[in-house]
Amino acid sequence: MSLDKPYKDIPGTTIFDADMSRQGYHLNQFCMSLMKAENRARFKANERAYLDEWPMSEEQKQAVLARDLNRCIELGGNIYFLAKIGATDGKSFQQMAGSMTGMTEEAYRDMMVKGGRSVEGNRSVGEKK
Amino acid sequence: MARITASVYTSHVPAVGAALDLGKTGEAYWQPVFKGYEFSKQWEKEQKPDVIFLVFNDHATAFSLDLIPTFAIGTAAEFNPADEGWGPRPVPKVVGHPKLAAHIAQSVIQDDFDLTIVNKMDVDHGLTVPLSLMFGQPDAWPCPIIPFAVNVVQYPVPSGRRCFMLGKAIRKAIESYDEPLNVQIWGTGGMSHQLQGPRAGLINKEFDKAFLDRLIDDPEGLSKMPHIDYVREAGSEGIELVMWLIARGAMSDINGGRKPTVRHRFYHVPASNTAVGHLILENN
Repeated sequence: MSLDKPYKDIPGTTIFDADMSRQGYHLNQFCMSLMKAENRARFKANERAYLDEWPMSEEQKQAVLARDLNRCIELGGNIYFLAKIGATDGKSFQQMAGSMTGMTEEAYRDMMVKGGRSVEGNRSVGEKK
Repeated sequence: MARITASVYTSHVPAVGAALDLGKTGEAYWQPVFKGYEFSKQWEKEQKPDVIFLVFNDHATAFSLDLIPTFAIGTAAEFNPADEGWGPRPVPKVVGHPKLAAHIAQSVIQDDFDLTIVNKMDVDHGLTVPLSLMFGQPDAWPCPIIPFAVNVVQYPVPSGRRCFMLGKAIRKAIESYDEPLNVQIWGTGGMSHQLQGPRAGLINKEFDKAFLDRLIDDPEGLSKMPHIDYVREAGSEGIELVMWLIARGAMSDINGGRKPTVRHRFYHVPASNTAVGHLILENN
């Protein structure tokens, strides 16, 4: 019997559950390794070689190289882990969050200053226009 | 006997810590956020708590995917501010209260909550930002702090109900401790925010305001709200709000006492990606 996952119905959202965590284990642990300055330096010097030290899938490695955070999340990445890549790149959390929305950095910041993204039309896939 | 005198609720947005550390509190963007905590800093000076039981979550800092404890109590003598990738925050080290923490662990585990005991842990912005908001920038934090980490990163996180019941058990534990300590319990995280995917940037003021209202007047009912409502209405990271129910469950009125007094309430959008909410409740 499969487990009930009502959150699958929320648009533009991937819930990092036990199954996603299983798929993303090595991707997220790679991110965690960037907490150490010497690892950040090695990663920056040769990203591909550093990624090849991890038993990640080719899709995961490509998503990291492209800094495609939505794809990373689809492949099991969690935003708090992926944030370590952003820190390595010198990006703020707001820049990272904005990068996943298809908006420019300025447009995203403006949206937040004006009160953020409305929940109207964003509660469920069926409601999403 | 030790006594819980008050509970404090606050968001723990990392950008708030960065704004403080980089001296940006006077900027127009940040002014309204810090203004909301001016009362609180003064209030803390008058309250002089002996210990703070601080409920927070780790953000892939101390706990990687190697180990994911649902509830973890910090029993160490001290905890260092973590390097989260931008260097450690320039804030004082956190001094623990191993004796009270051990007492709470013993009591709460015997009350059926299977805590993980942590004797070594760096603490991230989830813990240090609330301290900065409530105490400003002192050379040392004014009292010992017991860090209590809740998993809200990997789903399923504990239910609101479970958190609320845990709060009750923590209250019982603290009030059976023999020293006459003035203890505060803090619940941190939230309010509405989503940091991931095309729906990032979600804010729901109506939800947040109703959450604050119900936390004050109907915590028992609020504790029954299912996860899906948090995620749908308050964003995937809005689920952090379950941690507020631990602090609320530890208040006297939940155990037959009088209703608490609302000493302070504050709400502001935005701080970076997040709605900032803050509440102080005093036991009567």
